[in-house]
Amino acid sequence: MAATRDGYGQALLDLADNEKVVVLEADLGKSTKSLHFRKQYPERTISCGIGEQNMLLTAAGLASSGFIPFASTFAIFTERAFEQMRNGVARPNLAVHLCGSHGGTHTGTDGSSAQSIEDLAIFRTLPNVVVLHPCDDVSTRLLTMQLADLSQPSYTRTARNKTPVMYDGRESEIEIGKGVIIKQGTDVAIIACGVMVSESIKAAEQLISEGISATVIDMHTIKPLDEELIETMAKSCGAIVTAEDHNIIGGLGGAVAEYLSSNIPTPLERVGVKDRFGESGQADEMLDLMEISSPHIASAAIRAINRKK
Amino acid sequence: MSMSSTELQELARKCRVEIVKMVYRAQAGHPGGSLSEIDLIAALYANYLRVKPDSPDWEDRDRFILSKGHASPGMYAILAEMGFISKQDLESYRVLGGVCQGHVDMKWCPGVDFSAGSLGMGLSFGMGCAISGRLKNSERQIFVMLGDGEIQEGSIWEAAMAAKHHELGNLKVILDRNRIQNDDFCETQMRMFDIPAKWQAFGWSVKEINGHDMEEVVEGLDFLKNTNDNPAILIAHTVKGKGVSYMEDNPSFHGAAPNDEQFAIAMAELGEVVN
Repeated sequence: MAATRDGYGQALLDLADNEKVVVLEADLGKSTKSLHFRKQYPERTISCGIGEQNMLLTAAGLASSGFIPFASTFAIFTERAFEQMRNGVARPNLAVHLCGSHGGTHTGTDGSSAQSIEDLAIFRTLPNVVVLHPCDDVSTRLLTMQLADLSQPSYTRTARNKTPVMYDGRESEIEIGKGVIIKQGTDVAIIACGVMVSESIKAAEQLISEGISATVIDMHTIKPLDEELIETMAKSCGAIVTAEDHNIIGGLGGAVAEYLSSNIPTPLERVGVKDRFGESGQADEMLDLMEISSPHIASAAIRAINRKK
Repeated sequence: MSMSSTELQELARKCRVEIVKMVYRAQAGHPGGSLSEIDLIAALYANYLRVKPDSPDWEDRDRFILSKGHASPGMYAILAEMGFISKQDLESYRVLGGVCQGHVDMKWCPGVDFSAGSLGMGLSFGMGCAISGRLKNSERQIFVMLGDGEIQEGSIWEAAMAAKHHELGNLKVILDRNRIQNDDFCETQMRMFDIPAKWQAFGWSVKEINGHDMEEVVEGLDFLKNTNDNPAILIAHTVKGKGVSYMEDNPSFHGAAPNDEQFAIAMAELGEVVN
């Protein structure tokens, strides 16, 4: 078990040999894990205080001058700087890499004010912006390192709490824009992101006793969406479930629904937060309360299969 | 070769003519704040900015960030005078596909360092440019022009605090204090109280000038150029719509174009013969 935010912190250290890499913080470096970079490279770390709007545009100015800025805060507070991201970063297509940690209701006992359930949706609407939500620390580290070579901006959501490590020994499968088949099945494809990937694996195991064989996909890149893989799954399984710790509106489920409905209509069940706010609770309690934990994914899979003609 | 005050005045006059022409042709745009800022911008480009019109992306150039990006006609006029764009390009103002977008945009126009249009953003962007210059041991200086209404945006004060925290002596602000914003006089929208004292309280070096007296403008820009141990702000007291009688001090011409009759009056007042 490890937290994706630790993968982010490690990636910054691994990128440090590139002197163009600079790190920006808004008083949450201890939480987002940029603090390790700050301790070793204070001259390339810019403290912006508790001021996210200024942080985003300072990063934009650095990017316009040839640097590769990585800025982080809580996912929820990136939203305060949404318009800066829109007008100051995405519009001029400056390669600023924004990371929002503590995404989703899985964040837990801090309560609803800290549980961003809309970040993936809002950043996905911005032209030029790549949106990532990795499921483990290994893939977070590798995806973050790949961002340094990207010529466009990005938003990456990481999570506060530990989740199972999925990619030990499978590092070569990680590439921005390419979903990964974690488990191969035939009856239904569960397309998940973030903490919901391991929940989906559990759901797939539960479905075996029902005689159902499920594929599980880690769709760590929400945008650009791996449409080719979705099409393949729609054809081979004929039923799709999406699973995300995010509002049911506009996130991974929304993106997959948009693609399927316009291209290859397929029974789809979306598992996600049902357009409501969270509350204080342990991470696992929150997934149950929000009805997005593995039993809910398994039920959705059965519903999707039953809708096959 | 630096221009004399008289030469700078003539340069600014020519820019004023182009500003009014651009807005008249487009029948849209922001003449008031372009006319208030132009003496400052003209002097800055002519005598201070280290830029190369034939190489607008030269990495070590000084930066000019027009944060009040609606006052784009003023910037386009001086960019044309300096040779970054052609006089003909000015006819593309607000026209589909034109380099002169409604608000200045670095993706569209050579010589533009920042895509503006949303107030309160340029100072933070300039901060990033200033830190970049420091990290690269460059002498480059970063000039940011703000509107007075614009400093009602909270993010300006995030940036003001951060620029002092990081001791960015290469960051310089020109504040176009024309006392009018979109809806009305600033005082009716949000009382400003003692603006110099506010910047001083944030740790900045402050100087006030009359932004239309070219000798004072030169003194003020000297102050910015030579204050390198502290972020500095030049508060330039200006008149919105300066140079066109019916636009002066008139909130209606923040964002409105002159009609045919008004255009003729403006050209006459600016000493321009129109056929």
